[in-house]
Amino acid sequence: MKIHEYQAKSLFAEFGIPVPRGKVARKATEAGAFAAELGEKVVLKAQVHAGGRGKSGGVRITGSYDAVKVAGEMLGTRLVTHQTGPEGVPINSLLVEETLNVERELYLAIVVDSASGMPMIMASEAGGMDIEEVAAKTPEKILTAHIDPGMMFFQPFIARKIAFGLNLSPALVRQAVPLISGLCRLFQTKDCSMVEINPLVVTDDARLLALDAKINIDDNALYRHKKISAMYDETQEDPLEVEAKSKGIENYIKLDGDIANLVNGAGMAMATMDTLKLVGGNPANFLDIGTINDPARVVNAFRILTADPCVKAVFVNIFGGMARADVIATGIVKAFEEIEIKVPVVVRLAGTNVSEGDKVLDESGLNLIRATNFQEAAEKAVAAAAGKLS
Amino acid sequence: MSILIDENTRLLVQGITGSEGTFHAKACIEYGTKVVAGCPPGKGGQMWEDKVPVFNGVKEAVNETGANASIIFVPAALAADAIFESADAGISPIVCITEGIPTSDMIAVSHYLKDKDIRLIGPNCPGILSPGKCKAGIMPTGATAPGKVGLCSRSGTLTYEITAMLTEAGIGQSTCIGLGGDPIIGTPFIKVLELFNEDPDTEAIVMIGEIGGTAEQAAAEYIKAHVKKPMAAFIAGSSAPPGRRMGHAGAIVTGTAGLASEKKRVLAEAGVRIAESPADIPAKIREAMGV
Repeated sequence: MKIHEYQAKSLFAEFGIPVPRGKVARKATEAGAFAAELGEKVVLKAQVHAGGRGKSGGVRITGSYDAVKVAGEMLGTRLVTHQTGPEGVPINSLLVEETLNVERELYLAIVVDSASGMPMIMASEAGGMDIEEVAAKTPEKILTAHIDPGMMFFQPFIARKIAFGLNLSPALVRQAVPLISGLCRLFQTKDCSMVEINPLVVTDDARLLALDAKINIDDNALYRHKKISAMYDETQEDPLEVEAKSKGIENYIKLDGDIANLVNGAGMAMATMDTLKLVGGNPANFLDIGTINDPARVVNAFRILTADPCVKAVFVNIFGGMARADVIATGIVKAFEEIEIKVPVVVRLAGTNVSEGDKVLDESGLNLIRATNFQEAAEKAVAAAAGKLS
Repeated sequence: MSILIDENTRLLVQGITGSEGTFHAKACIEYGTKVVAGCPPGKGGQMWEDKVPVFNGVKEAVNETGANASIIFVPAALAADAIFESADAGISPIVCITEGIPTSDMIAVSHYLKDKDIRLIGPNCPGILSPGKCKAGIMPTGATAPGKVGLCSRSGTLTYEITAMLTEAGIGQSTCIGLGGDPIIGTPFIKVLELFNEDPDTEAIVMIGEIGGTAEQAAAEYIKAHVKKPMAAFIAGSSAPPGRRMGHAGAIVTGTAGLASEKKRVLAEAGVRIAESPADIPAKIREAMGV
């Protein structure tokens, strides 16, 4: 789960990581009042769950006297960045912050390194830039250090290694060590899957601060972080995905094609998308129905898939394991009873209870396009979306 | 032969009295697996379904029944504890079916197991099946056949799908293993490849990877250096957009290493035949085997 920058910075402050002075505003007048408190010049930062804000007008420096006006221009609009779709994400709040005189921009992050099974610190002197680009073009500019769980608690020598590696002066190393240690404690105690400070800045008066803050929390661990769970902001998500989630379908992702697909299993769902592409189609979504055995969930999935106006065909591809093919078949029949489905539907069932499932579909009398094997089914779905099969 | 489990496996089921545990313990028994013990703490002394003794602790179950493998169905919040308990009792392999375990719990598990001779499969996986011998998992068994091809996969349903495709094409399997879709799993490809490579009855290996992480790259390096057996692979997620998590927590493209195209490239360089779709696997493994 993603949280906003201002929320991440409040967590930073809890763990002793210095951040610029600032407050979150939801109204332009509020922004103006906070700006006046902060000084002559402030920065207004759109609180959205997307990177690339700086390049797309989501971060604006302004004189405090003008903050109400600028905030008014930003609040209530939608921000489009290279990470969002063309519809963008809504700006419902702004972080109003003091401006700083920055001398150096560094990069600091902690991620989970699957290969070693340990958290890993990543740092670089090339801060403020797209770190993936830095990693791709100049990997030598990225320092890494693992946090070995065998040490029980975070040990400062790891932070010193990173701090000296960033060519910081001794005075700044003294600030960096508690900062990095705090970030590690935050990462571990709050079940983060990623924390990132880009940039971590050195000011002209030799202070080290987190100018930006990004935190992702491990969804699987949210049950033990009630306060953070409450930070979930559904306005930042795709409305179709939010609707899917509210109907019990966790794994729905909208894509830009025209063949909707309903699959069990994440790997199968990806393989279905891949195969559709391979045979000349374009998937409209990723949807893993999971291992549920409730026909109502299938009906809900159909509701979501057919609500997307781009969809020209629905492709149901099921290999029953824990999920049973007959339950899916019953769900399809129910979907046709409850929803007006105007696009052709291609169904391929295999695995657990497939003969019972086929029987349900046979007896329904529905006009479905049926297939038994994966590839053939994908080809039929592509033909159906092109209007060549119904 | 097969790897990890066979006719000598004596299986302990952790969470045997839950609905999933009960359903799948029955299915394992039906397949011929020797399920010797169950473990929901607090119900020790009872008999599950009148046939399997239940114990309060894993150690006790091992002492009493000689259990030498375990399968875990307990809820996510308790699953790491269940893995630790089995590992502490010295059981190997441990198969963890549970999905949704916090990553930090798995960091601790992975650290604990690091220098121990214990094989953890999963979590968030369909388990292990050695056709005709033993099942410690949840895969549907109808579409499997005993044979000489080993199969390992990060995805559950694709394990079923591709196993069925192999069977239909007349290619039997020595062992099929679903490794799990989480960022941190007990056994990555490289370890399973080592086991298949050493198993005299496995003649060829099918590997099913997906986007995210670098497990396929590590596998490619290992294959290049050690694996002489013919191999074919499919990598799911060629069409996935970057930065979006495709269901599995581990299946997310960040940077170029996570891309399907990159994984296919390094595996092809290591001599693995690449299938562009699952349906392509039987032909590719035949091609690799020269049959």
